[in-house]
Amino acid sequence: MSTPHRMPSLTAKTSSADQPYGDPDVRLSVEQASYVYAPNPSQAPLFTLEALSFQAKPGEVVAILGPNASGKSTLLKLISGALEPLSGRVFLNGFATHSLLPKTRAQRIALVQQESRLLFPSRAWEFVLQGRHAYGGGLRFETEVDVTIAKNALAQVGASELADRWMDKISGGEKQRVILARALAQQPLLLLLDEPTLHLDIGAQVDLLDSLRRLAAQNRYTVVVVTHELNLAGEYSDQVVLLQKGKCLRVGSPASVYQRDLLEQVFQAPLTVEMTSSGRPRVTLLAKK
Amino acid sequence: MRPLTLGRLLLRCGILAVILFVVVVIALKLGAVQVSLYGLGRDVIRVLLGQSSAISSDYGMIVVDIRMPRILLAIVVGASLSVAGASFQALLRNPLADPYVLGVSSGASVGSILGLMLVNQLALSPAFAGLITPLGAFLGAALTILVVYFLGRRSGQIDSTTLLLGGIITASFLSAIITFLMSTLAGSNLKGASFWMMGSLSTPPPHSLLYLLIFGFLFGAGVIYTTASDLNLLLAGEIEAMHLGVDVPRVRLVVYLAASFLTGLAVSVSGSIGYIGLLVPHAMRLIFGSDHRMLLPASALGGAIALVIADTIARTVVAPSELSVGAVTALVGAPFFIYLLRRRLA
Repeated sequence: MSTPHRMPSLTAKTSSADQPYGDPDVRLSVEQASYVYAPNPSQAPLFTLEALSFQAKPGEVVAILGPNASGKSTLLKLISGALEPLSGRVFLNGFATHSLLPKTRAQRIALVQQESRLLFPSRAWEFVLQGRHAYGGGLRFETEVDVTIAKNALAQVGASELADRWMDKISGGEKQRVILARALAQQPLLLLLDEPTLHLDIGAQVDLLDSLRRLAAQNRYTVVVVTHELNLAGEYSDQVVLLQKGKCLRVGSPASVYQRDLLEQVFQAPLTVEMTSSGRPRVTLLAKK
Repeated sequence: MRPLTLGRLLLRCGILAVILFVVVVIALKLGAVQVSLYGLGRDVIRVLLGQSSAISSDYGMIVVDIRMPRILLAIVVGASLSVAGASFQALLRNPLADPYVLGVSSGASVGSILGLMLVNQLALSPAFAGLITPLGAFLGAALTILVVYFLGRRSGQIDSTTLLLGGIITASFLSAIITFLMSTLAGSNLKGASFWMMGSLSTPPPHSLLYLLIFGFLFGAGVIYTTASDLNLLLAGEIEAMHLGVDVPRVRLVVYLAASFLTGLAVSVSGSIGYIGLLVPHAMRLIFGSDHRMLLPASALGGAIALVIADTIARTVVAPSELSVGAVTALVGAPFFIYLLRRRLA
């Protein structure tokens, strides 16, 4: 799968060979996918994610929204192919994500986790170059092209000046940007983020989501973000998948999903929803009487 | 941004190889019989070039037949243990992992002893012992690391402290078994319990077996080296590694088998020499960074250097008597282990 002559850009691949069938506009297609966690088949399941479907196009940002234990992370694992759906399928450009070979998967799907644990310290540029692993053999040394792509990736997230810093000596927001740069260096079609704003200041949260929006538009990534931040999801996503206790309650634009009684019931908190001039919903939490 | 290149890798390994050569020459010189440094350097090069016959016979016997095999053994054992240590550290994502601390060496010792007993029982020719003991040691090592791995798991996750405790307890249990086997079933060619528990390089195997060992080491270390850049990513965690394109189950299996093999290889000829697999990879990481493409060959060469030095100390400081080489490595290694442990807890 190694393609050393690829132009060193971060734009997602749009080869027509990746598209065996289906609507060429749809990149990610979750079709009636479900999952069950059970200690063993004879016992009652610990958690069930009921069958759900949605589709996403290139350049689109999808937010998977819900309170804790609603099945957000499970859904993300089904999309990433880390778990095989019990029923239904998840397709990326017509290929089931679960059955992709590890290298192929890494060239198409990049995952940004809550935090990346480091056993031994490494520099930011070494970390970003890890994103190029899937483009080489077992022992290959990074090429000029890899270095250019890694530099571009750092530049795209505004972290060029961090390149030579140690990963354990930078702030949480800076670290999150470097982790995002590593994902961009994978040149993915699909960018998955698991609670990326969890440990960030509000300023860093907005920075991160602003760059995500911009990158999705520029590089035609399909972005899927797991979050429980109502306002960030409402402000930055094109589509919201609302989950509660393993059930998908609603899929649609933020404006159509954000209804006061629905959100109050899902998040168990009194709140109000108003529309801003840009057509985005804004949620205000109220104190419980 | 300066990624590792093949040229830089070879240069650094070349420097380490030169250091190893100098250490070997000094180790050859030190001992009860004095020989000149210049003559030694010349003769080591002659041996390397396959011209051993040109060496004068008076000290040729001491250098080539007595000190050289022992030093060669130290090189292979040191390299094997260090590469195994670096691999276990990556595999278990635990910087304190080491074949000795985890009890893997003890498991290999038990396997070796059982292998030797089998050879005695079946009255096989002694040549078989050279093959059966490494095999037994490999099986013992592989089984032990599996047990320790499952002891170290808590609700599906490897817990670093539990893993170490599990390893230490397993080692102590296996030592008891070694003592038991030694006292009840000691046969003619079973080495003493202290050999298996502390390690010794004082009885190098015959030349033919030494070559087999070198070949075995190159094979095992070569197999691990094919996964070097996968190991870099595995350090970050299995899910992350998978999403960066690592075939995690395959890499885990390959490294697990090959590292057990290297441990078994070393233990079957030298007993359990401790802490080399802990000290050396850490020292190399400090110097060269934690990229396994650099770390693994550097650990192999560094392990060889460290064990040749340790063994030279072991056989010279209390001459004409001899220390156990495991005692020398433990004197340095155990405090270092404590230091790493404290730093982790801090």
